[in-house]
Amino acid sequence: MKIRVLAALVLGLACGSVAAQTARTAPDGLEPVQTILQENRLLIEQGSRTTIGPVIDALANSGLPQAQAVLQAWQAKDMWQRKSDGLFFAGQKADGSYTLTDFDSGETVGRADKNALDQIKPNSGIRALIGAALVQFQLSDPDPALRADAVATMARRADASMLAPLRASIPGETDPALLAQKKRLEALLTMAFDPDDAARVAAIDAAGSDLGLDLRATLNPLVATRRAVSAGAVPEGLNIARQLTPGTDALPRAEAWAMLVQAGLAAPLKTPHDRNAALEQHIEKGKVGGVPLVQLNSEAKRDQAYANLAAAGLVTGYVPAEEQARTLESHSFYDEYLEPSAPVTEAAQAALTRIALKVGANQALDLGLDALSLASIYFLAAIGLAITFGVMGVINMAHGEFIMMGAYTGYVVQQVVPGHTLSIIVAIPAAFAVTFMAGVALERLIIRHLYQRPLESLLATFGVSIVLQQLAKNIFGTQARPLTAPAWLDGAWVVNDVVSISFIRIAIFVLALLFLALFLFIMKRTRLGLETRAVTQNPRMAASMGINPARVNMLTFGLGSGIAGIAGVAIGLFAKVTSEMGGGYIVQSFMTVVVGGVGNIWGTLAGAVMIGFTQKGIEWFNPSNTLAAQTYMIVFIIIFIQFKPRGIIALKGRAAGD
Amino acid sequence: MQRSFFARNPSALVFISILAITVLLVTIFSDAFGVGPISTSFVKTLGKTLCLCLVALAMDLVWGYCGILSLGHFAFFGLGGYMIGMWLMYRRTHDIVVASMAESALPPTPQDITDAIANQIFGVVGSADFPLIWYFADSLFLQLALVVLVPGLLALVFGWLAFRSRVAGVYLSILTQAMTLALSLYLFQNDSGLRGNNGLSGLQNLPGLDQVPQSVVSVWFLWGSALALALGYLLAAWLVSGKFGSVMRGIRDNEARVRFLGYSVETFKLVVFTLTACIAGIAGALYYPQAGIVNPAEIAPIASVYLAVWVAIGGRGRLYGAVIGAAFVSLVSSWFTGGQAPDVPLGFYTIKWVDWWLIVLGLSFVLVTLFAPKGIGGLVDLWVHRKSPDRHGADLGPSAGALREQEASE
Amino acid sequence: MSTLLEVSGVSVSFDGFRAISNLSFRIAKTELRAVIGPNGAGKTTFMDIVTGKTRADEGRISWGDEGTSLRGLSEARIARMGIGRKFQKPTVFEDQTVQENLLMALKNKRGVFGVLFYRPSDRDLDRVAEWAGEIGLADHLLRKSGELSHGQKQWLEIGMLLAQDPRLLLIDEPAAGMTPQEREKTTDILVKAARTRAVVVVEHDMDFVRRLNCKVTVLHEGSVLAEGSLDHVTANQAVVDVYLGR
Repeated sequence: MKIRVLAALVLGLACGSVAAQTARTAPDGLEPVQTILQENRLLIEQGSRTTIGPVIDALANSGLPQAQAVLQAWQAKDMWQRKSDGLFFAGQKADGSYTLTDFDSGETVGRADKNALDQIKPNSGIRALIGAALVQFQLSDPDPALRADAVATMARRADASMLAPLRASIPGETDPALLAQKKRLEALLTMAFDPDDAARVAAIDAAGSDLGLDLRATLNPLVATRRAVSAGAVPEGLNIARQLTPGTDALPRAEAWAMLVQAGLAAPLKTPHDRNAALEQHIEKGKVGGVPLVQLNSEAKRDQAYANLAAAGLVTGYVPAEEQARTLESHSFYDEYLEPSAPVTEAAQAALTRIALKVGANQALDLGLDALSLASIYFLAAIGLAITFGVMGVINMAHGEFIMMGAYTGYVVQQVVPGHTLSIIVAIPAAFAVTFMAGVALERLIIRHLYQRPLESLLATFGVSIVLQQLAKNIFGTQARPLTAPAWLDGAWVVNDVVSISFIRIAIFVLALLFLALFLFIMKRTRLGLETRAVTQNPRMAASMGINPARVNMLTFGLGSGIAGIAGVAIGLFAKVTSEMGGGYIVQSFMTVVVGGVGNIWGTLAGAVMIGFTQKGIEWFNPSNTLAAQTYMIVFIIIFIQFKPRGIIALKGRAAGD
Repeated sequence: MQRSFFARNPSALVFISILAITVLLVTIFSDAFGVGPISTSFVKTLGKTLCLCLVALAMDLVWGYCGILSLGHFAFFGLGGYMIGMWLMYRRTHDIVVASMAESALPPTPQDITDAIANQIFGVVGSADFPLIWYFADSLFLQLALVVLVPGLLALVFGWLAFRSRVAGVYLSILTQAMTLALSLYLFQNDSGLRGNNGLSGLQNLPGLDQVPQSVVSVWFLWGSALALALGYLLAAWLVSGKFGSVMRGIRDNEARVRFLGYSVETFKLVVFTLTACIAGIAGALYYPQAGIVNPAEIAPIASVYLAVWVAIGGRGRLYGAVIGAAFVSLVSSWFTGGQAPDVPLGFYTIKWVDWWLIVLGLSFVLVTLFAPKGIGGLVDLWVHRKSPDRHGADLGPSAGALREQEASE
Repeated sequence: MSTLLEVSGVSVSFDGFRAISNLSFRIAKTELRAVIGPNGAGKTTFMDIVTGKTRADEGRISWGDEGTSLRGLSEARIARMGIGRKFQKPTVFEDQTVQENLLMALKNKRGVFGVLFYRPSDRDLDRVAEWAGEIGLADHLLRKSGELSHGQKQWLEIGMLLAQDPRLLLIDEPAAGMTPQEREKTTDILVKAARTRAVVVVEHDMDFVRRLNCKVTVLHEGSVLAEGSLDHVTANQAVVDVYLGR
């Protein structure tokens, strides 16, 4: 940033002298804007992007109200030069000739034929420069839309020259939103460009721990560093970020040496590869440098042979290790701030640390939201299992395949029903119906025969799961099928630049809550719930009270399976629908139920929350590797079960069975 | 009452005779030593099947006799394969690297060789360093020890944790499945040090035996696998025939009763679990050099489920049942999925067995569980009129019913 | 009369429900004792606590002459110290022969390696045959125990307990589901066993208890309501109230 300002300054000086020369030839008695134009006539005619800067600056900084019109006309290729006297006018085409308007007076001065005029045709580079210069005029434009545009443009192309006009426009700003934006931009520009260090520090300190990306984008260049080396001690008067010692993690020896080479302070070292090549070149009668070839199978011997060769003057560039160390020691390595002002870099550093802390806190919050949504997914996947496994004591290994079935039902419904919103509304009950039936069929045909034989029901349902998976593969193929969410579920709820959560995840969270409520309602308030609890606790007693245990088991199993189907639709909205998707959830779901405590919906909730949060927590430590996170998660669960074998919310004593 | 071992285990003698005859016949008819109608790949298939029989035997001990439905024994199997694979791959790459470096002008340093091997082996996962777990890869003896030790130690630690906290029945099954899943996910990572999802490959090439054709190697492995299976069978038969077998079956049928008789159920379970894990490791170490490649997909939980399927179909709670099940199902599976089985045209649809075999297998598994809990071994009962008590439909596993009734009635 | 087992001030609760509250109980080295009480009195829980199946929340359980505490020990350990337990429902290993069942119970090394290398000696086989005679199953040694009748299974289980050679026998409803003749035989076995060891019988059936002709402890709501001879306790108004309701 600084270099650019400097370059502009140098350029400006150089052009200034050109302008001074042309000024002498300009005719007197002209209006102010025309004067400026005439002073820079040659440059304008030349129309080169590299030299036009000072001209635009001269116009923009002239303080003349007419300057805006000139720039606008110029940019719009509406500026014409009269060949006869070289004066510039705004030209308007009318009836085959052009109406000329004087910039200063704003009056029409006459018409001219196209042949008598030269059109000033700025190229796109120049037009962009003019556009930037125009921004400051637009800052005070009566039209708020234009002002907003101008502020946005400035924010994109921050530049030292904008600071003054921006400050000037602030007192007159009437729109409160724009005023806030301008003030913020002014603060950012102050930090970056204000000539007064104290003002910059004050602006940085005033920013506090704002989370805006623009603030960080402004502060980061202020603390940018350059790695440098110098012979002897660190030179005085530099804004040094840190000194480096060669051979540490921050600066390995090889890198330090490379810096020396780059700076011309040392010769490049021979790599082992170079050394070996040199050795090979000097093989003489089975010896290299007096060392027999067969002995050259160790680094030390090779070094020795090379040293011998070097001593004999046959090879160069050999630097013994001790000498390397001495050379490195006699130089200083340091990171130097590009920003020369130490107070500014300190303040910026402090501000970035504050921001990093706050970002960390917000990331934790974001992670918490992520974890919550993961927990609700696990809860959704596990709740059906909590019914069949927890309440009925039946292991259903095909539970994951019911989730898959629900997702595929959603996919099929989307193929048939137009409109994503409508299709999702249809898909949920459809998925419930399909998996409810499948669950009832499974219970009637298989599980019914295996109550009291839990291991065998586990195995039999495994068989069913194999069959269902392969069937899905045969019907839908192996590639993933999309289940598209309605448009209103796209997007995310953005809290700030760090914290955001997608609407789908919110929807799933809400769905999970709904299911919790539904489950509680069914279990506590309905006849089916009452009968289920009765059958669970004592089937014979329940049967003697007129409850049909077979019917209750069937319905409960159907209910659990149906909920798995709905969970499948929800999961399908953000994950790929494949025949193997169920397998990914089955172990997690069982873990959720087991960790939470069997036979208790609150336990399942607690289990889902714990697993969701732990998994996200582990991922946070090692974000690149979700596989490792899952591994450690499972290990964690295995260890957790050591301490709470009956889960978080344990039923004690008799009710827990054995 | 003191009868000889074979008198108490008639099946052992029969089994070993059949095994010996089969191996002899295969050897005679193999490409390498005989007239050659049996292809090398089929010899390998048979050798692999014997290894699968051995791991099924281990599964039968732990599940059929001790009532622990472990869904992790195929993970131990895979680990055994990994352990021997490390040596095979290291040694062979070493030989290749040394051979290629012999060309260069300077004799290579040990570091050069190690770097080149590491580069060869781990280049595929973008690494060039030897992970610490390859420390012993140079030594056949140590890696052979690890074949037993690594699965054994994992089983010991896991089993100790699980049994100590009295995790039993379906909970234990789920937990072992979770362990298997964790292990396979871990191995799927590139930085696990075992080449991620590439696994270890080229294991069929024995280091230093390049001049021996695969047809001969395959027969060697067939012999090795058969020997291991025979020894495994004898060991298992010895275990289950004595008082140890009594206690095991007691634990299966009524854990609490055994406990109140003064036996430390947890220790017995742990010993059986660990021992069978070691057997599984050995089986894996024999299997994967014949398969040529071991990768994390082999360890996936579903593989252990199939292991349970084999044992269930063969008939658990009897050793020959496990062997029959593993041999039968795995051979039939490879016949159907290998594309050899003819398609069945139905006019409107053609049944391709590659797609439909799993469905048939799954269904038959369900049917066996429901209607023939004794599996194929039940046919033997029909033949010899073996009597067994009417279990009144009770599970061959820790019985939940007995205690529950007692709990409920006070 | 020296004390074999002393339970004092033991309480245990499940989810706030106090199954056993401040129970104190002692039994001598050779004694036959019947424990009676209505449903939910804590009879089975009492056995669970003594055998280590359920952990007591508070209280003291001391065993033998040294007064070793049994709290916190595993079931297997307690069993090896000499406490045998018989469940209400006959639990024998149905898949194994009577002989195998008895061999497993026979007092011998219980460690893994002891079991692994165990081969029944002639002496052991003789003892098994002897116990089988005692419980009337001498002719059924090689039959699978699952094929036995209900009563035979009960005896087999009692036989297994005796083969363990325990110093204390805890027996839960031994007479349930037995014919009168079988009951008589059961009574004989128990009375004989109690000559050399302590036997605690939990029973509902008053006739059976009367036949045992021993000291009776009445449990109610997890603590001892009355103790003494059967006639003594049945005369107790509190016991009558508990059994018949008010």
